[in-house]
Amino acid sequence: MIELRELTKRYGGTAVVRKVSLTVDKGELVVLVGGSGSGKTTTLKMINRLVEPTSGEVLIDGEPTTVVPGHVLRRKIGYVFQKIGLFPHMSVADNVATPLVLAGWEKERIDARVAEMLELVDLDPSIGTRSPRELSGGQQQRVGFARALAAEPRLMLLDEPFGALDPVTRDKLQQSFLAIRRKLGLTAIFVTHDMIEALLIADRICVMRDGEILQIGTPRELLEAPKDPYVEQLFEMPRRQAHVVARLVGGAGEGRAPGAGAAS
Amino acid sequence: MREQLALLPEYLAAHLQLTLAALFVGLAISIPLGVLVTRVAWLERPVLAVASVVQTIPSLALLAVMVPLLAALRLRSIGFLPAFLGLVLYSLLPILRNTVTGIRGVDPAYVEAARGVGMTPRQQLLRVELPLAMPVIIAGVRTATVWTVGAATLSTPVGATSLGNYIFSGLQTRNFDAVFVGCAAAAALALALDGLVRVLAGSVERRRWSRVVVAGGTLCALAAWPAVAAVSSGSADRIVVGSKTFTEQYILAEILSGRIEARTGIRPTAAQSLGSSVVFDALRSGEIDAYVDYSGTIWATVMHRDSVGIDRSKVLDEVGTYLRETHGIVLVCALGFENTYALAMRRARAAELRVRTVSDLARAASTLSIGGDYEFFGRPEWAALESVYGLEPASRRSMDASLMYQAVAAGEVDVISAFSTDGRIAALDLVVLDDDKGAIPPYDAIILASARLAARHPEAIEALRELCGAIDGDAMRAMNMAVDRDHESPEKVGRRFLAERFGDGS
Repeated sequence: MIELRELTKRYGGTAVVRKVSLTVDKGELVVLVGGSGSGKTTTLKMINRLVEPTSGEVLIDGEPTTVVPGHVLRRKIGYVFQKIGLFPHMSVADNVATPLVLAGWEKERIDARVAEMLELVDLDPSIGTRSPRELSGGQQQRVGFARALAAEPRLMLLDEPFGALDPVTRDKLQQSFLAIRRKLGLTAIFVTHDMIEALLIADRICVMRDGEILQIGTPRELLEAPKDPYVEQLFEMPRRQAHVVARLVGGAGEGRAPGAGAAS
Repeated sequence: MREQLALLPEYLAAHLQLTLAALFVGLAISIPLGVLVTRVAWLERPVLAVASVVQTIPSLALLAVMVPLLAALRLRSIGFLPAFLGLVLYSLLPILRNTVTGIRGVDPAYVEAARGVGMTPRQQLLRVELPLAMPVIIAGVRTATVWTVGAATLSTPVGATSLGNYIFSGLQTRNFDAVFVGCAAAAALALALDGLVRVLAGSVERRRWSRVVVAGGTLCALAAWPAVAAVSSGSADRIVVGSKTFTEQYILAEILSGRIEARTGIRPTAAQSLGSSVVFDALRSGEIDAYVDYSGTIWATVMHRDSVGIDRSKVLDEVGTYLRETHGIVLVCALGFENTYALAMRRARAAELRVRTVSDLARAASTLSIGGDYEFFGRPEWAALESVYGLEPASRRSMDASLMYQAVAAGEVDVISAFSTDGRIAALDLVVLDDDKGAIPPYDAIILASARLAARHPEAIEALRELCGAIDGDAMRAMNMAVDRDHESPEKVGRRFLAERFGDGS
């Protein structure tokens, strides 16, 4: 269980995150949404202390994250971000192995684990000898996931992990991610500005604006009972697009082959 | 040419040792400093500014300034140390700047990823930032390598042997074989070291460890070779004979060395092409054991005595007493000739202007230009000429001593500060103006020896004493001519003198 207690971050006089409190249950996927400058990424980075909070605290299973040094904390938390950041001077396998090397695993155990991780993210383990530069964007982010998951983290933090990918690749990776999450029972906090993505993958959505939480709820709750005009407005577009798509899909079933109609 | 190539192993070894030592120390300082600068933001500007200022100092000046600095710190101020320190400073900037640029240029995404997987700051640096910055850092190392090989040729005037010995002595004695060998060897060495660094870096990057071993091993062997050579050939009982930067000095150094070798069996090491005050300091501190200086130089520039109308033997006596009592230096004796500063003009030009004495010259000076060697216009003799004769030429030009004779013969300057024993005075049909008011002190060539040599090798002093009065002005002029006009090597001319006079050698 992850507990954020009145997390605040100030740069100079400006607070970019103000007294954010949030509890994420074990195995739950919470998505932080909001426009740019809403403080969602800063909030995420305060959880693994890539950004140190000005005040407030984060508890993981009841233990404050400050009882260990930042780098020790981060070894137990998977981190995936939009720019991926695969080390270009290392092979794919060495990238995936990095957290294991840091954790002091033995060579044979590392090799086995790397192969296992590459398979988990639907990559052929023979890709391990290649340079990250030779991979497509989607393949690179799969490696990014494999690296983040290698050391069996209790918690995953994801900062717009699919933001730079084309829609088809993005969809495939979302599906893979959801499958892996179910398989491993991961607790995850996921930042995105894409409302459709949020609705598709979230157990609960947390809407932020100007460094504060406006509303937390399941996708259905936010769609049906927005507490705030901003929240309503945020979900207006996915709602409208969903109607258009639904009408198109429904209309396609009417005048065409009976088989297509039966399938819908 | 064969004679020049025979010197190559010694010069190349010394050059390599100097270059590699300076580069290794430069690397050891500038890479950690570069890393530090990227961690402590406020350091960047001052550190890079200082390194840049050092770089703007001409390399010759940087090496030269080490001499008084080290002397002030009571450290060995000539030879390896000043050259080494100057070159270390010189190698810093390219490596430092490229280290900073390289690390700053690492994509922040990689740094974030490194932190995200839980690396400590040290691991981030060693596993991510430095490897990614390495191509840029290596480029800096390669620049520094080429610069240092080049700048090391300038360590000759501060007393360190290098390939510059070829260039400096070749230029002075108009031996262009020597200049060519020096340039070619320095260029080849720069290319070879640059290539080695490139192969080494490329192999590390591509993890070709066998190549790394070969390239790294070669570099280490190159660095170690001079040390091995020094140990195997070097005896603890060294005698070093110094020389200033002109033909006569090279010949006399050979003659001194030959006499010392004949009596002690020790072949003295040469410390060639030292600056005029560097060589005196070196003798005083015992870094060299003997050289030839001129009484008037000691009188005017070391003792700061007024030189107008002084008696030749009185100067010799007082200089001897002063050197012994103040510096413990032994004035062995005078060689028998004077090499004085002498104002010289083309014969035709002098006749045209009706100039025969310095007094005549002073009257015509306002329309004339005068050329002098690098130190002349800063020396007390020039000050004396100015004050005694009211000599105020229209322009003054400092130039290399070996070039000023050509300059006056070609009419580029009207008058030069010639040396009275220089063979080119006769060869170029120049006339020497009479110092009618005696402004310039006498310049007896005198053999000076260190207290150390006198104590440990009294027989060497005896050997040098055999040279007393042995060389008159005509003999010296003839020997200078043999080098300057006929392009014989100073060593050969010196050895011929020894053979004729003492039956030394072959």
